[in-house]
Amino acid sequence: MKYFAGRVGFYLLTLWAAITINFFIPRLIPGNPVDSLIAQRRGEIDSNAIKSLDILFGLDKHQSLLSQYWSYLGQLAHGDLGISFQNFPEPVTSVLGSALPWTLGLIGTTTILAFLIGTLLGVFAGWKRGTWVDGLLPVTTFLSSIPYFWLGLIAVTLFTGVDSWLPSSGGYDPGLVPGWDLGFIGNALRHSILPAATIIISSVGGWLLAMRNMMVTVSAEDYITVAHAKGLSDRRVMTKYAARNALLPSVSGFGMALGLVVGGTFLVEYVFSYPGVGLQLLNAISGHDYPLIQGVFLTVTVAVLAANFLADLAYMALDPRTRKEG
Amino acid sequence: MKFHFRLPGVKVMVGLVLLAVFTFLAFFGSALAPYDPSARSNDILQSPSAKHWFGTTHIGQDIFSQILVGTRSVMFVGFFAGILATVIAVVIGVTSGYLSGWAGEAVSTVSNVFIVIPALPLIVIVTNVIPNSGDWAIAMVIGCTGWAWGARLLRAQTLSLRQRDFVQAARANGESTWRIVGVEILPNLTAIIASSFIGTVMFAVMTEIALAFVGVSGISQWNWGEVLFWAQGQQALAIGAWWWFVPAGLCIALLGTSLALINFGIDEIVNPRLRGAGRTTVRTADGRKARMRFGFTPVLTPSADEGGGR
Repeated sequence: MKYFAGRVGFYLLTLWAAITINFFIPRLIPGNPVDSLIAQRRGEIDSNAIKSLDILFGLDKHQSLLSQYWSYLGQLAHGDLGISFQNFPEPVTSVLGSALPWTLGLIGTTTILAFLIGTLLGVFAGWKRGTWVDGLLPVTTFLSSIPYFWLGLIAVTLFTGVDSWLPSSGGYDPGLVPGWDLGFIGNALRHSILPAATIIISSVGGWLLAMRNMMVTVSAEDYITVAHAKGLSDRRVMTKYAARNALLPSVSGFGMALGLVVGGTFLVEYVFSYPGVGLQLLNAISGHDYPLIQGVFLTVTVAVLAANFLADLAYMALDPRTRKEG
Repeated sequence: MKFHFRLPGVKVMVGLVLLAVFTFLAFFGSALAPYDPSARSNDILQSPSAKHWFGTTHIGQDIFSQILVGTRSVMFVGFFAGILATVIAVVIGVTSGYLSGWAGEAVSTVSNVFIVIPALPLIVIVTNVIPNSGDWAIAMVIGCTGWAWGARLLRAQTLSLRQRDFVQAARANGESTWRIVGVEILPNLTAIIASSFIGTVMFAVMTEIALAFVGVSGISQWNWGEVLFWAQGQQALAIGAWWWFVPAGLCIALLGTSLALINFGIDEIVNPRLRGAGRTTVRTADGRKARMRFGFTPVLTPSADEGGGR
């Protein structure tokens, strides 16, 4: 339980750090983005929205930085992230609400699949060292050195076109209305095949290599020798003795690596115009939509922390030492 | 300390040669480029030919020259950010590993926070806020955000070194903390420092290219991401101009592979077990296969079923 409490404390600290970074970002922006928005919209904005933006950007110069910080935290606690400049009267939360399911679906599924495939291959590559499996290593290294987005570009060229069954962009056909009916889900799945394949192919290599290296290290431990000497089958020693122990660093590294994985997948969303959070972020940046930028950054950090939490639960299930009292 | 020089394996050699080629291009690429990378010409959207090795863009710019000239920016940002991040990582990792108690814990928690916060979105946002961000600014931002993995690895290794006998002995002799860290601990971290440096260079290169590709960084200098940015913006894919984005992508992948291969070599120095085991299967006189394995002595008797090879 001590391990668990320590982790929860760490997440709260990270969340606080992300919120604080978010607080300072708009204060670095030269000029006054809110005034230019108000000038652009000529009185369409009501006074409540202006007040909320003032707090977000720290434009109320009569307040000290500390009291600005407190009112910012208070506003966040109410779930108010301001209004998006680009999608004008829409609040940031609703823009994010419609983008988040796409990203969670795409990145969540592909990251877990890539982890499973890579780890499984890594188990074999580490166990069967010195066989043809070693030949996989240079290939996967090359594949994981390719930027995600470039592989996406190639995939678009090779597999899409006028007569192709696979669409080159978007999350669903323009004529459809998002909903939980079979036609829409099928259409959305068809749109996600290429982005998903891109992410899996370029991220599998990292997991494979990590697992392979741990398997090689673990397979020289005494308990493996003992397990063999007991006459257990090779398969049983590989799965129950070597792989189970070798998996631990991979699982604890899973959450940590997510911060990097998210960046790569954002670019895949950009290449495929996939309607997720990453595309929103890049659009927001080119349109100087600061409230949306802040909202995306905060949401992504929270999502990564939640994934870390799940990885921790898995780690506790795998490693009895973390459950020990004291 | 006696240094045993072993000839690096094939993988490392390939990596070093590739890296040397890219370093050479970083210095002399602009001189070698046959055309001015920004100059327009009448050869619009030509496929690769003897005149334009990698073809031309929508306004007749020579893509081969763009790649050659762009190498410098990629290598500069990669290595500058790598050096900066490694210096920060060594300072933070070694201090937090060597200091006992809450100070070490606090420093290590800070680096973990930096690992978990998604780096690319943060870098994109910060770069976007900085006005007129050139290569220097981008390298600084990447360096200041990319040190955390290295610090984590170095801290773990320092923690383990601190308990070793030779460090305990140095401390018992009354050596100063500076001397212990500088002479006893740092040399034993060389391999990890090198490998985290190379990892950071890779991260920095990928990040810089990604920034240029989405159009966040300034357009003052050519780099490979910039080439891809134009290719994407001009719908190179839709019009079948494959030569516009294939060379840049291959260069990125080759540079990444070369760094990864060098890192394999360093990993194998740190942990010799990771070396490819060579041929582990031997054939006995009567044609059965036996696998060599750590901790077991293969018994290659010609008799049929007892004790062979396990």
